[in-house]
Amino acid sequence: MSTASPINLTDTDNPLVEGLERLPVHPTSLVIFGATGDLAHRKLLPALYNLAHEGQLPERFEMIGVGRRDQEHEDFRDAVIASIQRYSRRKPDENVLQGLLEDTRYVQGNFDDDEIYAELDRTLQEFDEQAGRHLDRVFYLSTAPEFFPLIASKLGAAGLNHVDNAHTRIVIEKPFGYNLASARRLNAELLEVFEEPQIFRIDHYLGKETVQNLMAMRFANALFEPVWNRNYVDHVQITAAEDIGIGGRAGYYDHAGALRDLVQNHMLQLLALLTMEPPTAFTADRLRDEKLKVLEAIVPPSVEEVATMAVRAQYGPGVVGGAKVPGYREEDGVPADSRTETYAALRLHVSNWRWAGVPFYLRTGKRLSRKLTEIAVILKPIPHLALKSSGSVGIQANQLVFTLQPDEGVSVSLGAKIPGTRMRIRPVNMEFRYGTSFLSESPEAYERLILDAMRGDATLFTRNDEVEALWGIVDPILEAWAQDTESEISTYPAGTPGPKEAEALLDGRIWRRL
Amino acid sequence: MSEDVWAEQDTTPDRIEAALRELLRQRHAANEQLAPARVLNLVVIVDREWKGEIANRLERVGRYHASRTVLCAVENARTTLDAVATVSYDEPKNGLGVIHETVEIDCGPEHLLGLQTIVDPVLVGEIPTVVWSPHGHDEAVNALLGLMDVMLVDSDDLLEPADAFDRVHDLREYAYVVDLAWLRTTPWRERLAASFDLPSRLAALHHISELEIRHQERSTASGLLLAGWMASRLNWQRTRLRGGLGMFTGSLGREEGETTVALRALEQESPGLVGVTVSSEEGTSLSLQRGFGGLDAAERNPDGELREWKILGASRGEGGILGEGVRQALLRDPTYVGALDAARELCPV
Repeated sequence: MSTASPINLTDTDNPLVEGLERLPVHPTSLVIFGATGDLAHRKLLPALYNLAHEGQLPERFEMIGVGRRDQEHEDFRDAVIASIQRYSRRKPDENVLQGLLEDTRYVQGNFDDDEIYAELDRTLQEFDEQAGRHLDRVFYLSTAPEFFPLIASKLGAAGLNHVDNAHTRIVIEKPFGYNLASARRLNAELLEVFEEPQIFRIDHYLGKETVQNLMAMRFANALFEPVWNRNYVDHVQITAAEDIGIGGRAGYYDHAGALRDLVQNHMLQLLALLTMEPPTAFTADRLRDEKLKVLEAIVPPSVEEVATMAVRAQYGPGVVGGAKVPGYREEDGVPADSRTETYAALRLHVSNWRWAGVPFYLRTGKRLSRKLTEIAVILKPIPHLALKSSGSVGIQANQLVFTLQPDEGVSVSLGAKIPGTRMRIRPVNMEFRYGTSFLSESPEAYERLILDAMRGDATLFTRNDEVEALWGIVDPILEAWAQDTESEISTYPAGTPGPKEAEALLDGRIWRRL
Repeated sequence: MSEDVWAEQDTTPDRIEAALRELLRQRHAANEQLAPARVLNLVVIVDREWKGEIANRLERVGRYHASRTVLCAVENARTTLDAVATVSYDEPKNGLGVIHETVEIDCGPEHLLGLQTIVDPVLVGEIPTVVWSPHGHDEAVNALLGLMDVMLVDSDDLLEPADAFDRVHDLREYAYVVDLAWLRTTPWRERLAASFDLPSRLAALHHISELEIRHQERSTASGLLLAGWMASRLNWQRTRLRGGLGMFTGSLGREEGETTVALRALEQESPGLVGVTVSSEEGTSLSLQRGFGGLDAAERNPDGELREWKILGASRGEGGILGEGVRQALLRDPTYVGALDAARELCPV
């Protein structure tokens, strides 16, 4: 008889977890508010199906949809099946699909109606009784943001913000507020009912593999750290360009604009991940502490300074993919006198020891010449060139480019000798593409994030102070643009790289080609 | 899927390598968006008459294709090498397209002792090499020991699990071993770990009185590996299981008390486990049983009250297991060795 290398067993650690790729998720009841909406049907429900297909849902998983549409449980299930069949990234297995929806319930009513919370309470208790224990509870608010405080407060009033011997969590989707003041108000309203560790603010960008890989590239490679500072980095360009217009989202988009839609959240998150100090551990609070520190180091402009560090514009009519497309103000649902920006470019500075003096240029827009999301770190030029550069395009500064879409990967530009008898140099690219170097397919961001929320891991979610820091950076810009009701809004033809005015932000540098 | 193909009879490894290089050059020149996958090499040694079956299994691994697969088909009495090199790809609609390469080499038994001299020139350098030899050919495997990083085995393939585990034990001196029999236990290990992660059940881990593992007749090794995993994770003392005719049992000591371990063979079409039941001294039991659309779970509390439910998940099937084996070649599982060592000690005589 023998026991080789005994494992130190404690009463609190689960020794069976070691070595497993998939960490346990405790039995959970998931309540989706806005369960008949577009986000739920295109993203959440297909993501839940894929988790079920892969055996990643908890051993007991119950689901309740809440919506205003008057329908029976069966009608809701049929609609969910149709959405999963249409939007799932894999063909559904009939047995898994039936199993997932077998006991799914639908609760109908307006979100201000106390009865739906009473009905939720009854149904959740029923699920608990079936399981013989309290299941964890996740309330997913897939609704318009104006309902967040109302639903949270009603959940609190019904006593659904806490359950004995299990966890209760609430998930909300961006936007987290409309400006700094409203973000603070929303945080305060949520925190009246839930504690911060219970609140999961989803920015699905953070669930993307390539965004997480940005941290892997930085912190798992000694190659980059020595040059990751003001001594070697000349400037950084972060681009989130889309070739599409606003589609059918005029109602939302004209209210939001490019700055709120992409810069305030996704792009500033990328900037934070790019510039933050290495966290001491990859845990929720250690990571978010570092992001917060660097966001607080970005000095917001005064309203007066905005004109020199930010540019806004709208797309006009143009040609995209060989077809004529209307300008923003001609889009369905957009007021003819709209002043909402479809393009925003900024110059920001991170005022800390590492990054002082390095400009960070951000640009985003609709109806640009191509779809591209990338972060380009442009290094300073070499101090002296011993080689003659005649007969070649010469030396260019090294560029490290993280591409998020359409192809995910990293490239480094290097100067290399052109074959021949003379020492002539031209830039070449050393490229790494995730598609060629990994066997696995990236899971959908929502699958990862839903699982993390059920597990209580907030690493990839935005904390309340982080949200306020993000708004603090863009708030003066929004204010300055709102105050300026007279000047003409710049335009750029659809299908082009953006307005000429954006070039002036670059202090003599040029934007990378889209 | 499009393919470019080169073939030659009575060829040499150098000519095969040159042909592959040229196929890749031509394809990249024709479409710069196509780039060769560079993740891992897979060398497969098979009997010539079963080459088609293995090729079909490799085809079904889905997205887990090796970057370059070298399939060596051994044919009695053959003295020359014939080869077919193929680069396959989907023309990208936009963005990047990935090329996979396959080389089929027909060789003879006399080639096997020096197989490394045939295979090595054809491999992509700088990426890991996985070797899989589903029809035995130990002499070929031994020839490749110096160039392999990972050995893919299936301990369920051998009649005697003890022989399979001894073979893995020996191979581990040369390469990291990915065992398909172990991977068949993965969903069960994940579910058991999740089930006992609940605070209310965690304490019961230290009071398990019975562990019954039900497995397909040819998957005793999988059953033993699961038992070995539990024994190694929970510090149970190991004793050889006894029995026969599809049923083996034994009592394993633990800090306080004993755990009865039973392995029972049952009929099932696909290889792997059929079910697991864990019972505790307090009178609780948790049973997981393979079913349609996932595992059927049943929990009995000390009062005898029974709760049943479904744990969702689609079966990966045997194609999925092989694909998972290829994927696992890039990872390292720290618990397999402990489970293997324990399983060797539990192996029935």
